[in-house]
Amino acid sequence: MSVVVDSIKENPVEEFLRTDRLPHVWCTGCGIGTTVNCFARAVKECGIPLDELAIVSGIGCTGRVAGYLKLDSFHTTHGRPIAFATGLHLANPKLKVVVYSGDGDLVGIGGNHFIHAARRNLDITVILLNNFTYAMTGGQVTPTAPLDSIETTTPYGVFEENFNLPHLAASCGAVYVARWTAYHVMQVKKAMVEALNKKGFSFIEILSPCPTIYLRRNRLGSAIDELKYYKEHSVIQHGADTREVGITVRRPEKIIVGKFVDIEKPDYLTAMNKHLSEVLGDKYVRWGE
Amino acid sequence: MATAQKKKKFRGVVIVAPERCKGCAICVEFCPTGAITMSDKFNSKGYHYPEFTYPDKCTGCGLCGMYCPDFAVYGFREKIAEGE
Repeated sequence: MSVVVDSIKENPVEEFLRTDRLPHVWCTGCGIGTTVNCFARAVKECGIPLDELAIVSGIGCTGRVAGYLKLDSFHTTHGRPIAFATGLHLANPKLKVVVYSGDGDLVGIGGNHFIHAARRNLDITVILLNNFTYAMTGGQVTPTAPLDSIETTTPYGVFEENFNLPHLAASCGAVYVARWTAYHVMQVKKAMVEALNKKGFSFIEILSPCPTIYLRRNRLGSAIDELKYYKEHSVIQHGADTREVGITVRRPEKIIVGKFVDIEKPDYLTAMNKHLSEVLGDKYVRWGE
Repeated sequence: MATAQKKKKFRGVVIVAPERCKGCAICVEFCPTGAITMSDKFNSKGYHYPEFTYPDKCTGCGLCGMYCPDFAVYGFREKIAEGE
């Protein structure tokens, strides 16, 4: 075993992990573990008691996050983490619910849940890891795959238009929308702190390298090459127009990152309580306050 | 030229758990001061793991721990005791 570990101090994220399940299933260089690091540090910084925080994941590589975090974690069916989180949040409004899943899960299979949760402005935090493919099942095309990218189901390149996720979330009514990459660890952590403290539907898209499936199939190099590419080509534009931040080609000249939307709007439960107390008067018992 | 070097109040420390490492070398690549290098040794799964080769260069920023996807590396600052 190791020579020096545990002798001086414990890894700061250790208390958030189910260490008996490590090493995890993610490939060498995968960006998911990096964002889990950021998430654990963000939770620590927010000071949320761990029994008041629940994390919900769907299926996929990123869906495994719930299995490795030592919180109340739920591994749900494919595409349904937001549906599950809706029930969790409404049944126990004191719980802070975080949905942590991938692009294929949240906007491919479960796109409908995503847009309606954003429209209703449910008080949940959605962290979406975008690796442009269904990595766990072998690399099928997702709605976020850029033009000309090679996937298992599109051997001659993708010819469909893809989703611009910050614009999708913002136009559906999310109150907090940000995009970062797995290279921007400090910014991701800060965005997660802001999103956790935000009342309403907060959405963070994190671009993450998938060295085994997406990068290898498209001959884009290793995970380190991808992180260097993020470093050199990311342009931070806070408050940018979300219509113009889409990633349409495999290697765009610039990736616009930053915090795009940060507005205040009454969330679902506040609006429900306000409306029903007006209509029903004293008969109505306010929920979740 | 012989200015007395400012005495350091803390030192940076990097701790590696080789058995968790998968050898992606992201910590080596993105260490701002180049204090970590890849080892020639293997762990039991057959991956090379990083080593804390240049402790003098380390500032204890902890960025290696933020990047490590396998929770195998972390850095921190340690106070240097008086008289050391």
